Amino acid sequence: MIEKHIVTSFDHDLESIQASMMKLGGQVEEALANAAKALQTRDEELAQQVREGDRLIDDLDQSIKTDAARLLALRSPTAVDLRTVLSVMEISSNLERCGDYAKNIAKRSLAMAPAREINGSLSALRRMSRFVEAMIRDSLDAYIQRDVVKAQEIIERDVEADQIYNTLFRSLLTHMMEDHRNIAVGMHLHFIAKNIERVGDHATGIAEQTIYLVTGKLPEEDRPKQDRTSLELQESDV
Amino acid sequence: MNDLRKIERDVTMNSTKITARDVNVHYGDTHAIKDVKVDIADRTVTAFIGPSGCGKSTFLRCLNRMNDTIDICRVEGTIELDGQDIYRKSIDPVQLRAQIGMVFQKPNPFPKSIYDNIAYGPRIHGLAKSKGELDEIVERALRRGAIWEEVKDRLNDPGTGLSGGQQQRLCIARAVATEPEVLLMDEPCSALDPIATAQVEELIEELRREYSVVIVTHSMQQAARVSQKTAFFHLGHLVEFNDTEQIFTNPTDSRTEAYITGRIG
Repeated sequence: MIEKHIVTSFDHDLESIQASMMKLGGQVEEALANAAKALQTRDEELAQQVREGDRLIDDLDQSIKTDAARLLALRSPTAVDLRTVLSVMEISSNLERCGDYAKNIAKRSLAMAPAREINGSLSALRRMSRFVEAMIRDSLDAYIQRDVVKAQEIIERDVEADQIYNTLFRSLLTHMMEDHRNIAVGMHLHFIAKNIERVGDHATGIAEQTIYLVTGKLPEEDRPKQDRTSLELQESDV
Repeated sequence: MNDLRKIERDVTMNSTKITARDVNVHYGDTHAIKDVKVDIADRTVTAFIGPSGCGKSTFLRCLNRMNDTIDICRVEGTIELDGQDIYRKSIDPVQLRAQIGMVFQKPNPFPKSIYDNIAYGPRIHGLAKSKGELDEIVERALRRGAIWEEVKDRLNDPGTGLSGGQQQRLCIARAVATEPEVLLMDEPCSALDPIATAQVEELIEELRREYSVVIVTHSMQQAARVSQKTAFFHLGHLVEFNDTEQIFTNPTDSRTEAYITGRIG
């Protein structure tokens, strides 16, 4: 950070919302890790714990928004201070959505606990989940370090997350076409994969906020898009 | 989709009203203004901000030659109003100040009636041929000053009997009575309460339709609220001059950033 404010409590308020945001990031990472673990190990208790834990994530997101609103009202921040508050609000929303995805994954893992696995898909999902968890963690690190280069690198990493999702999508589709008994579980697994892929998009959103915070501009919209499954579906339809 | 509020802010960027080049001001041995170069647009509110002693008021006072009245003050460089050098010999400073009006920090009505406060300028500049014409000028100025409704029934009462906010609007009305082209305001709201401040700010927004307004303010929130262009002065330099929105969201110079975010005094 640049120099301190003349009014030190202003610095304290700004640091405090960022600290809450990092805490929220930690909770979300843990929820994602636990959801993926519960899915692979078929640990219903852990899945239940993730579902219930989402309330804490929502509460923390709300409290960050409240603090940010208070800061806007009482301190009228400008320039980098304004961008800090706005980016924290945005990132908090990103993280809250990721928490919802973790909850959804946990919910689906409970629903499909009794079903058989489609070969290898659970460990593939867990690998994918680890990949996007790292994206979330690194995007928050880039934010705190005000590291634009690192943020840009995370945006590019999302291509890989999309590719992993594409591969999974194709493999699930093949299994469902081969044996219709796979359809129910295949659908659940596909939604889980999609949820994990969305977490990668939110990590990208966080990285973009870092660029906004530092430069005052959001990066150009041409973010690399590798999720081509919507096109593939049309192809396999014919 | 276009943002209407943004369009409202952008109406400006009309022709340049005042051009200043290489302006240097010395008070005796003190170098108060250093190589200032700025273009002030017509029908636009331009705010000058900066810490105390940065030169913003000094520069404002150069724009209508108020510094002429200070013996040790020396102004160099060129300042042009519509392409005409305002410091050239043939310019009458009194006439110039009718063209470039000024409103000060503390409301300073003359110890005369409300009517005479407004009529004073038009009288000495011979703007009215008859009593009826003068009445019209007074009414028009008081309306532009957004104070007509409050004083129309007591035009013969002393101007000093009005409230602070009313006095300041009376002074603005007095400044516009001579049909100026530019209005300079030196912290016009610093002695007013928030309601009176809001009324003056609303008035500034109105005045922008007809005049080029330059305002010096210590309230950065006020600069952000009323102006379209902002100039940041620091230690006699014009550090940054840009769209107000840009200055307050993403300034270019680190000194501007430090000042507006409250990191340097």
